[in-house]
Amino acid sequence: MTAVGTPARETRLPGAAPLLVLASALVMAALVLLPLLVVFGDAFAKGVPKYLAAIADPDAVSAVKLTLLVAAIAVPLNAVFGVAAAWCIAKFDFRGKGALLTLIDLPFSMSPVVSGLVWVLLFGAQGWFGDWLIEHDVKIIFATTGLVLATILVTFPFVARELIPLMQDQGSDEEAAALTLGASGFTTFVRITLPNIRWALLYGVLLCNARAMGEFGAVSVVSGHIRGLTTTLPLHVEVLYNDYDFVGAFAAASLLASLGLVTLVLKTGLEWRHSGELSANRRH
Amino acid sequence: MTAAAIPAAPVRARRPWVVHSILPGFGLSLGITLAYLGAIVVLPLIALALRPWELGLSGVWHELASPRVAKAFRLSFGLSALAALVNAPLGLLIAWTLTRYRFVGRRVLDALVDLPFALPTAVAGIALTAIYAPTGPLGRVAAQFGIKTAYSPLGIFIALVFIGLPFVVRALQPVLQDLDAEVEEAATTLGANAFQRAFRVILPALAPALVSGVSLAFARAVGEYGSVVFIAGNLPGKTEIAPLLIVIKLEQYDYAGAAAVGLAMVAVSFGSLVAINALQLRLAKRGRA
Repeated sequence: MTAVGTPARETRLPGAAPLLVLASALVMAALVLLPLLVVFGDAFAKGVPKYLAAIADPDAVSAVKLTLLVAAIAVPLNAVFGVAAAWCIAKFDFRGKGALLTLIDLPFSMSPVVSGLVWVLLFGAQGWFGDWLIEHDVKIIFATTGLVLATILVTFPFVARELIPLMQDQGSDEEAAALTLGASGFTTFVRITLPNIRWALLYGVLLCNARAMGEFGAVSVVSGHIRGLTTTLPLHVEVLYNDYDFVGAFAAASLLASLGLVTLVLKTGLEWRHSGELSANRRH
Repeated sequence: MTAAAIPAAPVRARRPWVVHSILPGFGLSLGITLAYLGAIVVLPLIALALRPWELGLSGVWHELASPRVAKAFRLSFGLSALAALVNAPLGLLIAWTLTRYRFVGRRVLDALVDLPFALPTAVAGIALTAIYAPTGPLGRVAAQFGIKTAYSPLGIFIALVFIGLPFVVRALQPVLQDLDAEVEEAATTLGANAFQRAFRVILPALAPALVSGVSLAFARAVGEYGSVVFIAGNLPGKTEIAPLLIVIKLEQYDYAGAAAVGLAMVAVSFGSLVAINALQLRLAKRGRA
């Protein structure tokens, strides 16, 4: 984040320093680090063979595949939307921009469960389009489409929010110069804009992907928990946990925790190397 | 020149809808944005806003005022507020340590702050439950003192502290980093002790960021599901959180009831965000004055 690098200055209370550092480390260890250790500890509690068997279980494999599929649809769509939204909001001046920004941010202040609920209200058996869908034999809720829709809504703002402040800071002088020199709009975008925003775009996609693969509440509402069919990896964790298959649940959870750790490392690396090309106001 | 041929009035009367620019792609990008936003956010929210009213005004009131729903709301909002408030000193401690001291492992500690964001909620949920269950490493210790952690409001509270901590730390860090050393030095020269410096100089400057961080933690906690639902125990009226009620009502095909609870949650969290923005503006003004 913003606070890496050397601290601004030393404190004038030398006696307090070790105590405060120790207190912080203890809080972080007990509250934040311990859950991570427990995931891996419990996953390997009955030995490596049991762990491997849980990972290779057909339901687990299909959960991994479904999770990858959902993210592979949701993340690119949100990335394209994010670039389009950032382009019109950052490069042009038009009325209603504030309202547009508020709407884009809105999914962040919604409970994940509500983000799933709204799709049931539209496409569930008693939803607005429920009868029509049943007549035409189209399944959205309790099917992959519903999982994708719920995931898209939950991860909707990630890329846009990363790009908008950055592109606003960058202005449009470089693009204007390229256009004046005769470059086409497309060339300008690919040769000027994209290189300028690539790290921020990657950062947004990274966070969007992590959330898409790890989302639980929203997909849990639309999934129906049909084993091997509509259970993504986080839902697979829930199903096994509720069946008291703790090794299986924590083994699946260890995959998700690894995803989180890899994301964290890549994200921290991006922040250290390209902090200048990432926007400053990040919260998620 | 016939200036009258081109009437100046319309130009002056209204700001144009869009200011002309040399850049291309406004129509395309705005079109994509509005179409996608409409399909993914606006249409579903309209469904959420309209669905409860098929119960009628009294029906919606009946739904929200029923003991089970009222208790779940009180539990969710109460514990979320408590967890966010506890995160204020915890976040302050960690942000202070990370910005003011140089020590081995500082960067690792800094990266670890984001772990609650990075860990999928279901993973955090089962891990916290394993830790605080009566047989878990910390739950066992608490049980010896007769304290029930998992499957009680205390367990929900712990999960909400876990999920909210990064919001407060990340809100405070940049402000602490930028805080002018001269102001503190001036206060010291004028005879302020450490206590006075902390409460009369540093805290007022941090107040807007602190409010922002705490409110984000609160908003997140109110809607949180995955990390809470495993540790909560989900006893109706005792440890049942508001988001879980939506799930339960949907399982009973009570769409309107579920929508009523969902709409109330969105309204309250949106309303509190607006209120907090106003508070933050006032604090920022006072901090500058």
